[in-house]
Amino acid sequence: MTLLEIKDLTVGFDTEDGLVHAVRGVSLDLAEGEILALCGESGCGKSVTGMSIPRLLPPDSTRLSGSIRLDGRELTGLPEAELRRVRGKDVSVVFQEPMTSLNPSFTVGYQIGEVLRRHEKLSWKAARARAVDLLRLVGIPAPERRINEYPHQLSGGMRQRVVIAIAVACSPRVLIADEPTTALDVTIQAGVLDVFRDLRDRLGTAIILITHDLGVVADIADRAVVMYAGRAVEQAPVGELFARPRHPYTLGLMKALPTAAAAGADGRLRLAEIPGMLPSSLSDPAACLFHDRCPRAKDDCVTAVPELAASGPGHLAACFYPLEDGSR
Amino acid sequence: MIWFVLRRAGSALIVMFVASVLIFLGIRALPGDPAVVMAGEEATPAVVAAIREEYGLDRPLPAQYVTYVGQTLTGNLGRSTQDGLPVSEILLQRLPVTLELAALAMLVAIVIGVLAGIIAAVRRGRLPDYLATGFGLAGLSIPHFWLGLLGILLFAVTLRWLPASGYVPFSEDPGGNLLRMLMPSLVLGAGFAAVLMRQTRSAMLGALSSDYVRTARSKGLPESAVVGVHALRNSLTTVVTVLGLQLGALISGAVVTEQIFVIPGFGKLTVDAVLTRNYPVIQAVVLVTVAGYVLVNLLVDIAYAFLNPRVRLSGGTDG
Repeated sequence: MTLLEIKDLTVGFDTEDGLVHAVRGVSLDLAEGEILALCGESGCGKSVTGMSIPRLLPPDSTRLSGSIRLDGRELTGLPEAELRRVRGKDVSVVFQEPMTSLNPSFTVGYQIGEVLRRHEKLSWKAARARAVDLLRLVGIPAPERRINEYPHQLSGGMRQRVVIAIAVACSPRVLIADEPTTALDVTIQAGVLDVFRDLRDRLGTAIILITHDLGVVADIADRAVVMYAGRAVEQAPVGELFARPRHPYTLGLMKALPTAAAAGADGRLRLAEIPGMLPSSLSDPAACLFHDRCPRAKDDCVTAVPELAASGPGHLAACFYPLEDGSR
Repeated sequence: MIWFVLRRAGSALIVMFVASVLIFLGIRALPGDPAVVMAGEEATPAVVAAIREEYGLDRPLPAQYVTYVGQTLTGNLGRSTQDGLPVSEILLQRLPVTLELAALAMLVAIVIGVLAGIIAAVRRGRLPDYLATGFGLAGLSIPHFWLGLLGILLFAVTLRWLPASGYVPFSEDPGGNLLRMLMPSLVLGAGFAAVLMRQTRSAMLGALSSDYVRTARSKGLPESAVVGVHALRNSLTTVVTVLGLQLGALISGAVVTEQIFVIPGFGKLTVDAVLTRNYPVIQAVVLVTVAGYVLVNLLVDIAYAFLNPRVRLSGGTDG
């Protein structure tokens, strides 16, 4: 059952240098209880795609078009006041930086209680009691005590759990997690990912996980969308994607991952890098944006945009010359 | 929190002690014999000697200091050389006038400055921002005395809406008191409003682009709560700091403002005392000013701790 449907989402930002093309016609859908990874390198538009859903982008400079439907309801044309009823209730967000995304001047309990008071119209007392439950849900020990503490008294992992508690306080349909584990130690990462998995299983929350970390994708996601320069270049169930990447860019990303198999004869790790650089975000050419870095590019890659096309079960790739099975 | 306040109060006492030593030595380090200055140039040696003995000036400095502190603590600040009245009595008469002026000016500054700063930050790059920063620049650039004179010309002479000068105690005529205080407090408050506006604006701009404000927005909170609760609370530390720092300027501003509007306050007392070399009064005025500074700084520190939980728990101001 499709919960969220994004069609041809295009997002640009007005800057002094001109219009920056951050997202160029991305379409994707999210099923109930699904964990979908949006992955790609920095600047590929994955965060902007995620933040477009609750429209948490600078209103003055953002040019957004396309369609974002939640349960069939169009969000893109919604007035601010209506959207505020969606944010934190139907769609909520976990941000990358746990150290700065909590307000230093208010207690954890206040910051969790606030969202419950806003959407569930709870009293302070009831909101507080629920906040204690939520802290327990995200795995914070001694929540009755922690609730009165300020963010600076908590560790990074704890703070991220508090941010998650805020995000899931009103049992949202969709949770957007923007690099939720990037700022955390690896050992703490695993714990936070467990919290997400647990929330999906218990509350049925669908999660969009924005990350550049393919290890995280493999660990937790059901399906992944690979983005490059604002376009979705490949989309597949995670097992399928890792087993049979079709887009040369996806393969390049995977080759850059440290694995035991990548170790050379001398036992040292050699990681492959993708040659070249990201194309300028200021122009929007009718071409495959990866062509000048791609070993398989031919003439037509420079003159036409490859559309996402089926290349396996639930597997889509935007490439004229996709990789075949066993070519990696 | 109690420990924090006690520690701050302790360091305030140390500052007061050092200040009192400096004031005491400063007066004695002035060129010339204070006894001669007090007695006047025509005085006979006998009169000078009598004054020297009366004020204990013939005794060693440490002994003089102990006497000075003892007298000060018991409220004996000496007598004015001008009219022979006890300095403490003069202060009690003049201080409330200036405190009222300062409080009203601060009120004007906080209401106008903080509000304008918030609006300018929220409407950044639009008309309200340009208006606020434009008036802010004007408020900073125009000196008190000129603004005061213009105000008198416009509102008192031309329009005849407000009295040009004078003072009535609040206890005698509250309406008349406020009416006469209106223009002086606006004139004195305008500059501070401008400073506060600029500081509030930049603090709010910083807060509004912070991650926790984005988090607040992602909760679906109305913009009033995002700005008025999340951003403002973190900007208030800056506002309080600026208020504390501005106190010095407020005192010097009060001196000028009181001269223009002929208000018998602390500032006018200071100027008159300096012009007539009224040493006991100058000494007391400086001491009271220092005490005022120390007290305000103490209050600012406590306000910090109240506003910023990190200060409260670390026990310092560097949290």
